[in-house]
Amino acid sequence: MTTTESTDSVREGSLPGHFGPYGGRFVPEALTAALDELDAAFRAAILDPVFTAELARLERDYTGRPSPLTRANRFEEYCNGARVYLKREDLNHTGSHKINNVLGQALLTQRMGKTRVIAETGAGQHGVATATAAALLGLDCTVYMGEEDTRRQALNVARMKLLGAEVVSVTAGSRTLKDAINEAMRDWVSTVDQTHYMLGTVTGPAPFPELVRFFHSVIGREAREQILAVEGRLPDAVAACVGGGSNAMGLFSGFIDDPEVQLRGYEAGGDGVDTGRHAARFAAGTPGVLHGARTYVMQDEWGQTVASHSISAGLDYPGVGPEHAWLHDIGRAVYEPVNDAEAMTAFSLLSRTEGIIPAIETAHGLAGVMRLGAELGPDSVIMVNLSGRGDKDVATAARWFGIDLGDVVSAELAEGR
Amino acid sequence: MSVQRRTIADSFSKAKSENRALLIGYLPAGYPTVEGSIELIHAMLDNGVDLIEVGLPYSDPLMDGPVIQEAVSAALTGGATTETVLDVVQAVSDHGGLPVVMSYWNPIERYGVERFAQTLSERGGAGVITPDLTIEEAQPWLEAAHKNSIDPIFLVAPSSSEIRISQVSDQTRGFIYAASTMGVTGARDNVSSMAPELVARVRTRTDLPIAVGLGVSTGAQAADIAAYADGVIVGSAFIKAANQGGTAAVAELAAQLAQGVRSAVR
Repeated sequence: MTTTESTDSVREGSLPGHFGPYGGRFVPEALTAALDELDAAFRAAILDPVFTAELARLERDYTGRPSPLTRANRFEEYCNGARVYLKREDLNHTGSHKINNVLGQALLTQRMGKTRVIAETGAGQHGVATATAAALLGLDCTVYMGEEDTRRQALNVARMKLLGAEVVSVTAGSRTLKDAINEAMRDWVSTVDQTHYMLGTVTGPAPFPELVRFFHSVIGREAREQILAVEGRLPDAVAACVGGGSNAMGLFSGFIDDPEVQLRGYEAGGDGVDTGRHAARFAAGTPGVLHGARTYVMQDEWGQTVASHSISAGLDYPGVGPEHAWLHDIGRAVYEPVNDAEAMTAFSLLSRTEGIIPAIETAHGLAGVMRLGAELGPDSVIMVNLSGRGDKDVATAARWFGIDLGDVVSAELAEGR
Repeated sequence: MSVQRRTIADSFSKAKSENRALLIGYLPAGYPTVEGSIELIHAMLDNGVDLIEVGLPYSDPLMDGPVIQEAVSAALTGGATTETVLDVVQAVSDHGGLPVVMSYWNPIERYGVERFAQTLSERGGAGVITPDLTIEEAQPWLEAAHKNSIDPIFLVAPSSSEIRISQVSDQTRGFIYAASTMGVTGARDNVSSMAPELVARVRTRTDLPIAVGLGVSTGAQAADIAAYADGVIVGSAFIKAANQGGTAAVAELAAQLAQGVRSAVR
């Protein structure tokens, strides 16, 4: 690996491309050259004022950064009176934090002279963001999505197609995000000369976990400045939902060197960790290798990946970013599962108290904040990454809460969960 | 240790003395069933396949095309585990064949790196191909493999740089697996024109035998490759044959390929 130096200080003592024992590269040899090329392009780009200025311009003029920090006054009543702040990534163009990463990677794609991007997507948010960035920069775009997910996220499939992307429905394996990643890797290995794989979260082989974290670190930088401006002090805790973990790493990265700020991640507990139907990698997984990195994995005694389950397609993944695995082991961050029901309660509460419908992924983080308020007390300051808006989840939420969508819409959406 | 082990090196030497390339056949353990996979492998061995690559079925085979994906998925559904693989290895060995295992890394790590190397050795295994284990991550495996006389077999690809080829060759024993193309497993009408160039580049970096895989399915293709490589690896085509015509078709394909590696103009 050509990785020479880290983009932050927390990994001191780790080998290049690793986070303690986690991370690394477990990939077909055919991809080694492409990963080395990406690593070199990334490190050169972030030191190049032309690149960083263009990225900053897009973040401001296209994404709409900085995203606001909103005090959640009425929601706080359900958080034991803690002062709760929402980092509003839902207000970004395309409706989630995902755009931060894809703009950075799309610029890198151009810089490497490649003309095509591919991506995996679960809920469709990263697919939509990738299709958006590809349209903006004139790149060909193919998005791999598990057949199961194309059904439950039909609207996002349509959005991607409207943006000019090709959407490939993956019918292999469990037909969900994990299989979409396998298929994207297969495409990449075959087309790597012209194609960049826009991995959507802080997982995968080095340098992806570090690179994706870097492009999301704008969340943490802004959040730190904003909370200091309004509270005059750092928060007691910052919280986020954790699927692969990109929104969480983006926020955490702004506070990781402040030991007084607790880092809290909330993974999908599904029907409950004891039911086996969940995506709780830390609560029920073990260290292993999946999709190119060593990390916590839901696996059986033979090392076969076990299917995950969550009401949230974006958290429904049996692995997790390797940096989270390390932060967990060293105790710097704490991860807890949040069940479907608990997340949906928080989803409803935020909608009704703040007029903000969050993504169901995000609602797991909000449920965590309600717990944190009870734990840290009324005078505590808690910030949560409001990583995405819930428009895409209206059908799922309506079914959950028994809201009649009418015959036509229901028929269309009944295909989903 | 005075027990005489058959080695991969011996097999290549023997083929070389016959002025031909070695024929390597892949089949996942437990496909279509445990007994079925053993029967198919016996047919391969009886019809000229020199080395058997026993596949360890894995849930996320990201270097494999649809034919192998479906086969390993069926094997897993049928209950195949790492123990199944070791049983099939034993069966190959008992039948006089020399087995190597092809496995993605996680199942080996989960089984226990040292335990896997030791058990495989006891069951007659000669080597392991690890398609997603980069040499940077391989140190514990290399130690366990060497200790148990298992050849660690790594891949090189058309995208591999000269330095990379040297680094990979240095860690490899048995033979170098040269991926004929940038892509996944599966039969192709034309085996990539990149393969001869890659083999030539690898030759300048190592004295190890070089076997070419990915996309080979016919006797004619095997003959073409045998003209410049030391080994020819066939995988998906055997599964397709098994799907279409069972043991008889696998035997016929093996014979055709065996003829191919012997008819090459070298």
